[in-house]
This record gives sequence, C-alpha cells and structure tokens, in this order.
Amino acid sequence: MKGKSIGFCIKKTILYLLLILLGTVCLFPFLLMMVNATRSGVEITRGFTLIPSNHIKENWETVFSYFNLFKGMWNSVKVAVPATLLTAYFSALTAYGLAMYKFKGNSVIFYTIVIFMMIPGQLGLIGFYNLCTKLHMVNSYAPLIIPAIAAPGTVFFLRQYVLSVLSPSLVEAARIDGANELYTFHKIVLPIMSPGIATMAIMGFIGNWNAYLLPMIILNKNEKFTLPVMMATLRASTDIQSNQGAIYLAVAISVIPILLVFSFFSKYIISSISAGGVKE
Amino acid sequence: MVIHMKQTKTKKKDINKAGYLFVLPFIIVFLIFSVYPVLRTLYLSFTNAKIAGVGTMDFVGLNNYKRVLTDKFFWKALGNTARIWGLNIVLQLGLAFLLMMVFSDIKYKMSGLAVFRIIYYLPNLIACTSVAFLFKTLLDWRYGTANQLINMIYKFFGATYNPVDWLGTAAHAGSTISIIQTWMWFGNSFIMLMAGVQGISKDYFEAAAIDGAGRWTVFGKITLPLIRPILLYVAITSLIGGLQLFDLPYLMADKASASYNSVQTVVMYLYKFGFETGTTQVGYASAIAYVLFLIILVISVIQFKLFNRKEQ
Repeated sequence: MKGKSIGFCIKKTILYLLLILLGTVCLFPFLLMMVNATRSGVEITRGFTLIPSNHIKENWETVFSYFNLFKGMWNSVKVAVPATLLTAYFSALTAYGLAMYKFKGNSVIFYTIVIFMMIPGQLGLIGFYNLCTKLHMVNSYAPLIIPAIAAPGTVFFLRQYVLSVLSPSLVEAARIDGANELYTFHKIVLPIMSPGIATMAIMGFIGNWNAYLLPMIILNKNEKFTLPVMMATLRASTDIQSNQGAIYLAVAISVIPILLVFSFFSKYIISSISAGGVKE
Repeated sequence: MVIHMKQTKTKKKDINKAGYLFVLPFIIVFLIFSVYPVLRTLYLSFTNAKIAGVGTMDFVGLNNYKRVLTDKFFWKALGNTARIWGLNIVLQLGLAFLLMMVFSDIKYKMSGLAVFRIIYYLPNLIACTSVAFLFKTLLDWRYGTANQLINMIYKFFGATYNPVDWLGTAAHAGSTISIIQTWMWFGNSFIMLMAGVQGISKDYFEAAAIDGAGRWTVFGKITLPLIRPILLYVAITSLIGGLQLFDLPYLMADKASASYNSVQTVVMYLYKFGFETGTTQVGYASAIAYVLFLIILVISVIQFKLFNRKEQ
C-alpha cells in the first residue's frame, strides 16, 4: 500500500474501532429499548440480556390502558403538519419579498429578524401565555400553529438561499410577459426555491413534532395532548418495577415515526444542520 | 423614448411596493406572537402580577429584579444550570472537535463520514420526553438495565459493584444529565464543524501538500483558523440553548428526590413561578426571564470578543 507502514495501518484500524465504539454508544440505548420492550417487568428486573422475550402483547395492553399513544401521534400530526406548511410557505414568501424588492423598511425588518434569531425562546414565554389567555386560545392548537407563519430563522436562511439560486432576469422576463407578482412567485420562484424550502421544512417538522415546553403550557386537557406531552404524563407512574417493559414499549412506539421520517430524509436533515453552521 | 423610460420607472416603483404585500403576513404574526410577548414579559416584570390577567396588579418598579438578585434559590438554579451546561459543553464540543480532527486528517483520510455522521446524529432526533423516560428507566438504580450491565462487568473482573443512584443523588444527577445532553448533541456539533471543514477550498490543502506541510501544520495553519467562525457559532448557539435547559432535568428528576435541588435549572425555576399552580408569581417569573436573558447576552458578547481578538 504505497509503502505505508504497518504502524499506520494499525493506528488507522484503532481509529475506526473507536469510531465504531462511539457509534455503538449512540445506538445501544435504542437496542436495549427494543429488547426490553418485549420483556416483562419481572424479567427486566431479574437481569440484563439482549435476547428478546415474548411479553410484547402484555406490555402493549399496559401502555394502551394507560394512554392512547396513537391519539397523541394524531394530535402531533394535527399540530406539526399545518405548522410546517405555514412556516414553509410564508417564510419563502417573506424571504422572496425581502430579497427581491427594495422598499422602505426592508433592512429594518431584516435586522429585526436577525436579532430575534438570537433571542432565547424563554424570554417571551410568560407574555406568550398571557396573550393566549387574553385571546382565549389556551387549550387549542392555534397558538402552536399560527405563530409558525413568522419563523425568523427560516426566513433568514431562505433569504440567503433565494439570493443565491434565483437570477433576477427570470423574474424580469415574467414581468415583461405581464405576469403579476404573486403569480410569478407561485409559478416561477417557488419551484426554484423548493430544495431550500424542503430542507428547512423537514427540520421545522422535527422541531414541531418534538416540541415539549410550549405545548405543555398551552394544552391542559388529556385528549388534546401531543405525543411528547402525553409521554411526559408517564412521570405520574412511579411504579417502574412492574411497568418497566411497558415504559420501554411506549418510548419505542413514540420514537418510530421520527425514525421513519429520518430514514427517508436524512440527507436533507444533515444538509440543513450543515447550512446552520455555514450561514454565519 | 423618454416617455417610455419614465413609464418603466414608475412601474418599477410600484413593483417594489409589492414587496410590502409579500412580507405583510409575516410582520403581522411576528408582531403579535413574537414581539408582543417579549415586551409583555418586560412589562409584567415591573409588576406584582400573580396570575397574568387575573386580579389586580401594581407597578413595583425594580423590586422583582432586586428580589432575583438576592434570591439564593435563583443563584442555586443558575449555578446548577452553569454546572450542567459546563460539563456538557466541554464533552460535547471536545468530542465533536476530536471527530472533526479525525475526519479532516490529511494523513489518515478516513472514509465512512456519511454513515458515521448519521449514526452520531440519531440521538438528536428523538423527542426529549422519550429520551428522558428511556434513560430514566435504564438508569433506575434498583431495577435499571444500566446498573445490571455495570454489575456484570464488575463481576467479570471479580469486583463487587455498589449500585449507584445515577439520578436520585445530588452528587451524580447533574453529571448524568450533562452526559445525556452530550449524547444527544455531539453529533449536531460535529456535523456543523465538519461542514466548516468541507467548506474550505481544496486549493489550500493542495498548496500545502505541494509545500510538503505536515498534518499538524495543515490543521493548525489552515483548518483551525478557517473554521473559527463556525466554532464561534456552535459555541454561542449551544450557550443560548444550554442556559435554557429545561426538558431533561424537569422530566428526569423527581421533585421528591434528594437530587432535585441540585438539578433545578433557571428555566425550571422560572416555570415554577410562571406556570405551576399554587406558586404562580408571573411578575417575578418575568424578571427571572429577563435576568437570564441579560446573562446570556453578556456571555455571548464576551465569547464573540474573545474569538475576534484571537483572529487579529
């Protein structure tokens, strides 16, 4: 091998082994979760094994006697899907408006967006809840969905994106053809922006799907709970010894949808995190 | 010709006005749901409101802020947050940095980045509530699988293992949460750092190779200086996120347990006064929110200054 020494090969192998070990640390808890989801509480208490057992049905019954996870998933869908669509569409609209039109106040809006990207979310929490009380929006999905129209981070990213992928001459040409501005946006700009929008939308979806603090504050009726809020009610079940298997199964069921999303869109997800770092 | 030019000019002005329509929905929602809540919180922080919108509230000036600064439970919570975040950030950035060094090394030329990246990122996808209950159950000191596993390893070496209560004792709970946070976030940091390395023009590395530069020279003189902005970005975002730590400690530490006081973070303390029935003092919670914001702001500015000074 190009005269590389044995020492080099050994070192490289050790590096790979360490990388694989770290990967195992990342995946092992999930493996334990899946194995333990099939074992009864008593079996889990007795000792550690990687061999699955046959108590999945009892665990399933315990989980669903405690809460209906599918209902929670459906509630999460009802929040995360509209919120993601609103973020995707209106962020693209705003980003295009900021990037392609020179109007008074444009840069003020842009800098306000940048400032709000850096403001920690907890700062407005109290005021937000206060506002929702006044608007009689507590225990409805509206406060979790409507604010998605204004997502500063997504607008910021898409503004840079549209500047780099859209040539103004294309828009000019449409104008000469007599197309109105909104029509041009829908028919010409949106398709060109779609890879960037997709990247942000998937991350937005995951964020909405996993959100805990805000839904917990806004929602206070069991039948409205999104999946993470529903999962958090496990807190009340202190009897870990007898219900361990059921808890593992509940966690496993809650994890499956997001793993499915990831298996289809991992490329977009990785590239959106990368974009997060490069945008500065 | 002149008339024609004039026409296009007025038309262009109209077209630019259309920009307002494009940003209008954003502006309206942004003002109502982002700007107003932040200002409303500021207003409430100067009042003695108990439950926002219910009962009377009076203006109390800076009293809430004075109370925050002398509240020993607040300082304890801030200390807890800093301790959990501190260990977490050292491990998380350290690990991400080491991985970045391994994968950008010009001598070893490691392959498989795409696969490792996905595996390392996986824990970050899972909702905090699921992660919390997964580890809470695994780490249960009497019945949990983690202690069983450690016990097996001890036995293998002929030693006896005294089961550690990872979450229930003040000595361990904070570090345990730091490590779980690291497990969740190091992949994210690694991907960002790696994106920075991949963004460096190949020309630099080729030129360095022609000059016969060693791997450490390349790393120190090319890679490190060029990813500094991304390092700063990762450091600041993890600071903003880390000081707002809530989900994991809130879900993993039982209120009744001995460890609760050692893992109660600032946002958990804020939550107690902002939302928990019986203890709501919205005015005071708002002041806590602003004090935390100022602390985050000051540390961000310091981080920014430190990084920029080195660059010169």
